[in-house]
Amino acid sequence: MTGQDQAETWLNEAVHRVTSGPTAVRSLFPAVGREVGRAALRPEEDPGGLVHGTVDDQARTLIVAALVAALEAEPEALARELRELYRYGDDAEKRGLLRGLAAVAGRAPDPADPVVAAGLLAVRDALRANDVRLVAAAMGPFAAAHLDDHSWRHGVLKCLFVEVPLAAVAELTRRTDPELLRMVADYAAERRAAGREVPADALALLATDEGRPPTSAADPGEGA
Amino acid sequence: MRIFDPHIHMTSRTTDDYEAMYAAGVRALVEPAFWLGQPRTNVGSFTDYFDGLIGWERFRAAQFGIRHHCTIALNPKEANDPRCVEVLDVLPRYLAKDGVVAVGEVGYDSMTPEEDRVLARQLELAREHRLPVMVHTPHRDKLAGTRRTLDVVRESGLNPEMVVVDHLNEVTVELVADSGCWMGFSIYPDTKMDEHRMVEILRRYGPDRKLVNSAADWGRSDPLKTARTGEAMRDAGFAEHQVSTVLWDNPVAFYGQSGRLVLDPLPGFTGDAATFSGNSVLRGARPGTTSPSAEGSAV
Repeated sequence: MTGQDQAETWLNEAVHRVTSGPTAVRSLFPAVGREVGRAALRPEEDPGGLVHGTVDDQARTLIVAALVAALEAEPEALARELRELYRYGDDAEKRGLLRGLAAVAGRAPDPADPVVAAGLLAVRDALRANDVRLVAAAMGPFAAAHLDDHSWRHGVLKCLFVEVPLAAVAELTRRTDPELLRMVADYAAERRAAGREVPADALALLATDEGRPPTSAADPGEGA
Repeated sequence: MRIFDPHIHMTSRTTDDYEAMYAAGVRALVEPAFWLGQPRTNVGSFTDYFDGLIGWERFRAAQFGIRHHCTIALNPKEANDPRCVEVLDVLPRYLAKDGVVAVGEVGYDSMTPEEDRVLARQLELAREHRLPVMVHTPHRDKLAGTRRTLDVVRESGLNPEMVVVDHLNEVTVELVADSGCWMGFSIYPDTKMDEHRMVEILRRYGPDRKLVNSAADWGRSDPLKTARTGEAMRDAGFAEHQVSTVLWDNPVAFYGQSGRLVLDPLPGFTGDAATFSGNSVLRGARPGTTSPSAEGSAV
């Protein structure tokens, strides 16, 4: 068997084990990188995997999806597993969990839903981190669907600060509002005043406000 | 010169050190969990520290082209504080993590009964997790401490090839050589061992099973002492392949026994120099651009 075949076999087995006994996720989640690899999915355009993620991110996303399906009828238990995967995860596990939250992005925005609360806890923690890969992973579809406006705007601004491409931000166009544009315009002014370059993604976002098409190569539309 | 520093406490070092280490040839390192100068008083302080070793510090090293691994353990000094011993219960969670390549630093500080118990338990954990062990030898009463350490390792039933006994010197090297364990040497500016004494030991005992580290931390220490030792070896007439055995192949062989070393170059870093192809995605810190670690602290 090739390495890729072995990785696929391991991942299928992992998904199967989580489906039949969800707590298996606790020992499977830390092992993912060793079993399937860690390379960026699109190394040419995205060497750090900030926009499209890595091989292990993708595998963990599938494992989280299996966990979500297995515990569909038990939101409290699902919330606990999600919280603990994040709390005790290393950098790669935290990233995988954040990307895996896409599987619960479609839940109703109910503050009493423990699953949404667990997802928000992880996203807010990641947005306080200095690891740019966590910041990028936090701004996916779950944050687009559930993060409050103020925190979401600060998430976008943080991406600009730490050079996470805005292509990593899901639903950027739909959620961009005048307040975000005001914040980005102030940020651009501050950079210019300091004689520093304004990131192309910031200029592109501001250009949309002026009715001009974005000049950046980054697609500010539906992110990964 | 390609260097793997098998023992360095990067949490205590600056980004300037990472840059200088990369420039000197360091491409991989192991950061052992240890004490922090200021004693900890609860388990939460340990878990936050461990989380840093498998999270933030790994990321920070990657920004400078260096592969970061760590070892996890309750250190011998804090093994004497009953408020800290409960950390033994959370160790299994961390010993399952990627990038955790050994149990360590374990061993003796003052050789108390508490230290005995904690050392024995952690050797058991290493067996359960099939991980190598990094053993710290005491600063005070070193020879007796090293003897006692080797006795406990023998009694544990661990394969001596899975154990490195660190901070050795002229007086303790032979005991450890005879035990079958790996021998670690911490090269310091003015204590423990210096690069010229190290060269003498290598001349006398050969490079086999020897690990050379800087053990740089928050005290007077120098993260480039591995490179200085390589230079001293060359000056003393050692061949390039022998330098490479000590500074790269040996640590790779020892920690490779964990099955968890990741040594391929980081994206954007190749060969001897940091080169980025003008891509706008994650870059290492370079002059004139935003450094995520520096700017990140302000957001």
